[in-house]
Amino acid sequence: MFSRDRWREMFLTLRKNKLRTALSGFTVAMGIFIFVLLFGFGNGLKNAFEQFFVDDSTNTIWLYPGLTEKPYRGFKAKRRIIFRNDDLVDIQQNYPFFIEYVTPRITRGALVKRGKESNNYTIRAVGPGHQQAEKTLVYKGRYINEADVIDKTKFATIGRLVEKDLFGNKSSLGKHIDIGGVSFKVVGVFRDEGGDNEERLIYIPYTTRQRLEKSNDQIDQIIVGFRPSLGHTGAMALEKKLNTFMRKKHNIAADDRNGIYVRNVAADLKQTQQFASILQLIVTFVGLGTLLAGIIGISNIMVFVVKERTKELGIRKAIGATPNSVVGMILHESVFITTIAGYAGLLAGVGMLALIGDSLEEFFIINPYISTNTAVGATLILILFGAIAGYIPARRAAKIKPIIALRDE
Amino acid sequence: MIEIKDLHKSYVMGQNTLHVLKGINFNVEEGEMVAIMGSSGSGKSTLLNILGMLDVADSGTYTLDNNPIKNLDEKKAAIYRNKFLGFVFQSFNLISYKTALENVMLPLYYQKVGRKERQKRAQKYLESVGLGPWATHHPNELSGGQKQRVAIARALVSEPKVLLADEPTGALDTKTSYELMDVLQSINDQGITLLIVTHEEDIANMCKRIVHLRDGVIVEDKKVKQVKASQYVQ
Repeated sequence: MFSRDRWREMFLTLRKNKLRTALSGFTVAMGIFIFVLLFGFGNGLKNAFEQFFVDDSTNTIWLYPGLTEKPYRGFKAKRRIIFRNDDLVDIQQNYPFFIEYVTPRITRGALVKRGKESNNYTIRAVGPGHQQAEKTLVYKGRYINEADVIDKTKFATIGRLVEKDLFGNKSSLGKHIDIGGVSFKVVGVFRDEGGDNEERLIYIPYTTRQRLEKSNDQIDQIIVGFRPSLGHTGAMALEKKLNTFMRKKHNIAADDRNGIYVRNVAADLKQTQQFASILQLIVTFVGLGTLLAGIIGISNIMVFVVKERTKELGIRKAIGATPNSVVGMILHESVFITTIAGYAGLLAGVGMLALIGDSLEEFFIINPYISTNTAVGATLILILFGAIAGYIPARRAAKIKPIIALRDE
Repeated sequence: MIEIKDLHKSYVMGQNTLHVLKGINFNVEEGEMVAIMGSSGSGKSTLLNILGMLDVADSGTYTLDNNPIKNLDEKKAAIYRNKFLGFVFQSFNLISYKTALENVMLPLYYQKVGRKERQKRAQKYLESVGLGPWATHHPNELSGGQKQRVAIARALVSEPKVLLADEPTGALDTKTSYELMDVLQSINDQGITLLIVTHEEDIANMCKRIVHLRDGVIVEDKKVKQVKASQYVQ
């Protein structure tokens, strides 16, 4: 295998038969290239999917108030349910062992001004726990904290794009902005993986919002963050308990479908993950298909190559080549070509993926990639099958009597 | 050198069986130059192929240089061919993508001779057939006679005991044929046993012994006075 003479003989053969060498090499390189590309695209699709659905925290239960559809305990139907600050306290105090944080969210739109720049943004009035619920990444300054809530401060944490819109390239920290006619001081700037819209948000303390709105204590919705250690079953049980508790407190019938709405991200997550695994399955299937096509391609080439060389093999045998040396020679050549070409195809494919990067984002392909193990594994499989595909016809050719091979014109 | 007793060979072609060799008895001593003659279909090429271990007989015994040749697997046959025999074919059978020198070197490659030594010996044999300056040419750049001389150099380079030639002049004109026979005669003069299959009377007369085959049996086996090819070659 490592005899220098043998390598020299092989290189000579490959060099003198450039077309054949190029053809088989091209098949393998192409096979791997397409495999890497398709597999990468598949992964990109999966990434896009995950970014859409999994960017928020997964251990949250969302409570939305609604309009009752059934009369209950003397209350009429079509009563609007309103959550208040004491709901937050009650939930916190009733389930302290299950809950990490509780935060309200009051959503309003407002015209925001800074000097000559102005724009409409969504303003979310929240508690400190909201940062975890949305996985907001504060990279300058800080988020709304407990002290802000207690003191009803006019502080705001703004999105990266809000800062960019209003301040250009200057820092907004410590500067004031006008939100719907009220001046707020910027205390932090955040990023969010959820995309541009998530970075055009402004967070303020919910108590400040309530004071601005005639000092009421109303809340739009409540987000409960539970301990991840609860698991899926625990989350489902907590969801049920919260539902029952809130219905009782707000006098909503147990079978009223509109009075209160509870969304459990943990339950959604399970569906999402199922969908993701189906996507994974499709990706794998496409990959295997491409690989199979590559294997068939290289097999065809190898059969053709051996057929074409029958006479040469006969001559070699007539002048003293043993059958093993004939088989060895063909295998050596085929493994060498597939290895080099496979590696080239691999590099080209990975390079292409890197080049594409996020430019196909609008087609829902984000950060296409292929893991090293998958790529190398696929290349090895192709080399192996190239060897097998070469071995079978080579063995047959080596068995043919030289006189028959020589007669073959 | 070669001993053959009661050799039979038949080919099955569809439903017909073609009995090609019907009991051949035949000895060749070392240093002989034998022409095997016969019309086409007489079995002369089949006989040569069996002698060359390119084909196997159905029955009969074959002894080559005191080695009984029987039950050969492909590997053993390859080793014997490489060690004892050299081949020259009518259609030359050179490897087209190798130069003359590389073609001559190839049998030594299978004997695992080192590259330098291979090159030296191949060059020597190429020169002995008068093709030294053509070493780096590919077969398609050579004339028929030159190709056949490369083939002869390739057959000789492994220093065989017996050289088997199947219609070596079949694809050559008369002048080139005589030049080639001159080369073969000088090889024979160096003590190498030669078996040449031919159907040309004048080529056969340049050997020392003529064996006539007809319908699979030897009908005539005579020693002749060798005609030197050199007298026809300037």
